[in-house]
Amino acid sequence: MTAVRFDRVTVAYEGADRPALRDVDLVIPEGELVLVVGETGCGKSTLLRCINGLVPHFTGGAMTGRVLVAGRDTRTHPPRELADVVGMVGQDPIAGFVAEVVEDELAYGMECLGVPADTMRRRVEETLDLLGLADLRARPLATLSGGQRQRVAIGAALTSHPRILVLDEPTSALDPGAAEEVLAALQRLVHDLGMTVVLAEHRLERVVQYADQVLVVADGRVQVGEPAAMMAGAPVAPPVVELGRLAGWQPLPLSVRDARRAATGLRARLRALPAPVADPLPVPAVVSGPAAVEARGITAGYPRVPVLRRVGLAAGPGEVLALMGRNGAGKSTLLAVLAGVRAPEAGTVRVGGHDPLALSGRALISTVGLVPQEPADLLYATSVQRELAEADDTADAAPGTAARLLAALAPGIDPSAHPRDSSEGQRLALALAVVLAAAPPVLLLDEPTRGLDYGAKRRLVGLLRQLQAAGHTIVLATHDVELVAEVATRVAVLADGEVVADGAAGDVVRGSPLFAPQVAKILAPEPWLTVGEVERALAVPG
Amino acid sequence: MALPTTARPGTLAPVGAGAPGTAPGTAPAPPGRGRSRLPRALHPVAWWAWALGLMVAAARTTNPLLLGTILGVLALVVAARRPDAPWAGAFAAALRLGAVVVVARTLLQLLLGPPIGIGVAFRLPELALPDWMAGIRLGGIVTWESLYVGLCEGLRLAVMIACAGAANALSAPSRLLRSVPAALYELGVAVVVALTFAPHLLDDARRVRAARRLRGHEEGRLRGFARASGPVLDGALERSIQLAAAMDSRGYGRAGTTTVGERRVQAGLVLAGFAGVLVGLYGLFDASAPRWLGWPLLAAGALVALLGLRAAGRRSTRTAYRPDPWRLPEWATAASGVLVAVAFATATWSDLAVAVTPLAWPAAAVLPLATVLLAAGPAVWTPPLPALGRWPA
Repeated sequence: MTAVRFDRVTVAYEGADRPALRDVDLVIPEGELVLVVGETGCGKSTLLRCINGLVPHFTGGAMTGRVLVAGRDTRTHPPRELADVVGMVGQDPIAGFVAEVVEDELAYGMECLGVPADTMRRRVEETLDLLGLADLRARPLATLSGGQRQRVAIGAALTSHPRILVLDEPTSALDPGAAEEVLAALQRLVHDLGMTVVLAEHRLERVVQYADQVLVVADGRVQVGEPAAMMAGAPVAPPVVELGRLAGWQPLPLSVRDARRAATGLRARLRALPAPVADPLPVPAVVSGPAAVEARGITAGYPRVPVLRRVGLAAGPGEVLALMGRNGAGKSTLLAVLAGVRAPEAGTVRVGGHDPLALSGRALISTVGLVPQEPADLLYATSVQRELAEADDTADAAPGTAARLLAALAPGIDPSAHPRDSSEGQRLALALAVVLAAAPPVLLLDEPTRGLDYGAKRRLVGLLRQLQAAGHTIVLATHDVELVAEVATRVAVLADGEVVADGAAGDVVRGSPLFAPQVAKILAPEPWLTVGEVERALAVPG
Repeated sequence: MALPTTARPGTLAPVGAGAPGTAPGTAPAPPGRGRSRLPRALHPVAWWAWALGLMVAAARTTNPLLLGTILGVLALVVAARRPDAPWAGAFAAALRLGAVVVVARTLLQLLLGPPIGIGVAFRLPELALPDWMAGIRLGGIVTWESLYVGLCEGLRLAVMIACAGAANALSAPSRLLRSVPAALYELGVAVVVALTFAPHLLDDARRVRAARRLRGHEEGRLRGFARASGPVLDGALERSIQLAAAMDSRGYGRAGTTTVGERRVQAGLVLAGFAGVLVGLYGLFDASAPRWLGWPLLAAGALVALLGLRAAGRRSTRTAYRPDPWRLPEWATAASGVLVAVAFATATWSDLAVAVTPLAWPAAAVLPLATVLLAAGPAVWTPPLPALGRWPA
């Protein structure tokens, strides 16, 4: 049975120089988990929104061809008339919440569809159990953590019993544990209930093993195939696939489990080799000097619920310190305190010997720079060009400094474009260029890889290494274990507002089932973290 | 896992042994004291009826003793039945706003009000106004009496605001929405979304201000605010569009079986009815309005609105999840509010207006005081609230 059929679909938005989707022919059979991948801005979201009729009914634009969803033509059925067959979960769950508490939110869709009261009651209970939300049923939505919110949003789409569930980056904002919870729930839906799931995701390492089909969108065109076949030729792939390609495993493993089975020989070979050369640059000798960032006894948050409890941290020049921990553990608060945008209730902060709260203007930005979770917050000019010029101006840098930084980070951005119109990766690059124009010796990054595709991520890793080599101190809060394995020299794990682990990146990460990168999981107990390390080790003759 | 994936909305899944008609929420509740004490949230309409009743009472009096008692009653009930939720801060916010209103009202009275009484307190410099503004006075003599009147009038406004704050704290606006008749539902959603817009806007403003500091811009509050307003509005608009898309995707505004013409007639009836109710309420609030503007118009408006709502409700396909039950505590709570309102609106108690000339310590007879105290009952007779669990996690 066919769940979704695209018939020569072309979508063009007004004012765009080329169509967002071009001649897409596609059949999604019932009961499959389909993974949609592609660079940001390639038309992924448009493809997803075609399935429930938001394109073209809500977004506008010209659409030719037709999309059939469970036999209904989206040209004649607006999203609300498809709500009983398609469940849609957007990128930012909190923006789509209508009710105040979990239970009411779960019931909202059913109320709109006119489901009888007793059926609603039963389905809400089933959904609460299915997604492990029973303890949260009466909680106000605003008090939930990111992972809980995402599960509520999925549950809210599920209660209407749609045959097709569409999700746009369901795990991009989640910590590894919460992401696993969500993916496990999705897999249960597909396996136990025969639901069709279509999801877009950048973090392939998290989802590719669950997919029945992979749909690659590039420049508005779509290619479909089996995951292993698509991954073998893909320009970017999760570490497990890259390791498989390096070792020449056939068939190409997609999950850590399959890779471990194939890796017996590789492990034996690596055991004979000398210990891995750390992929992140070793910390230069300057590190023994005074700490560039030092926090002592920081308590911050709300009076009743302290987010941070007497946290102490220090990082020297040339160090890349990764803050990890589940959603809501206090990582963002700590960065805000270090950057001097938030006053702690107790404790002292020293950045380059100064209290950042006492600094302002040029003195502040040339001491410490913070790129917040939503990089667009930093941008308010009407064009990229003006944004860059203003950054040079406030930083008192030579004209063109910020523009040069941007060109190195993300080449090919139209200088006359509005910052809000650019993709997530481009906005991050722009915000970074703006912050770096003042050349702060301490750089703080909050979730820098959220919403980034592999290409943008690779450029970010390159830039961070350059900055590190130049003696900058970098503190980043992230859920991305692969990024940590690539760049971090030290990892601090926060839980409930306290530092529960602090040490060399390899030691902290290797020992944790949640924070270990894929390569470490495949090659354990051997101490390798990234594909790059393995590649270099194997390249050495002998 | 017995979720039948192919079930269409509206069909019941086959239930092995369960007899139809025994589903929770549909069975009539057996009357009895024990049942009403189970922890549950009170019906939001009951809270609003109660709060509006007190608001009517507050509007009819300037006696600080009575106003103070009303405020006390509000605080007592809010303290006893306030849920542990973000919106429960509404009462405190209303009190703060009330304090500002008292000060502003008193200042206005001192600056602009006509001089009352003879007890000169102090003298403000008087501004000479041109002839064509003859009736208006700016500054000049300030009497104890006008100070007192200003304070009392301000207090009255503050207590009315506190009534609205209490209702908001006791039940979230979106819960009230669930009791809105089907015909008005879509209008109601628009109102609630608009209400939640403001807090989000404040959050955004705070974030953008922090970001401006990170960019090294240090300017005065006002200038900073002006420069930050662009991104703040951008963000708020973007979020509204996302919310609209999400609601559309979930079936909001699905066409039922009604035709456009039918919907228009029903909406017309309902709106006309509510207009009547509003004008009627105005008649009740304003003691100087003609008598026929009060109760008769209120009743006629309510009748027309009810007719329209019934007609529309019959055709609506919406259903309600776990509708709040309306039991004895709801009756008692709403009745206490209505009773206070009716008593204050109709009784000819002399203590309602405060005595100014000569200035005297306010007095209140037992009857009005006792009536107000009756409205403290919900603190006792409403069921306790269910536990929410620990949060934030």
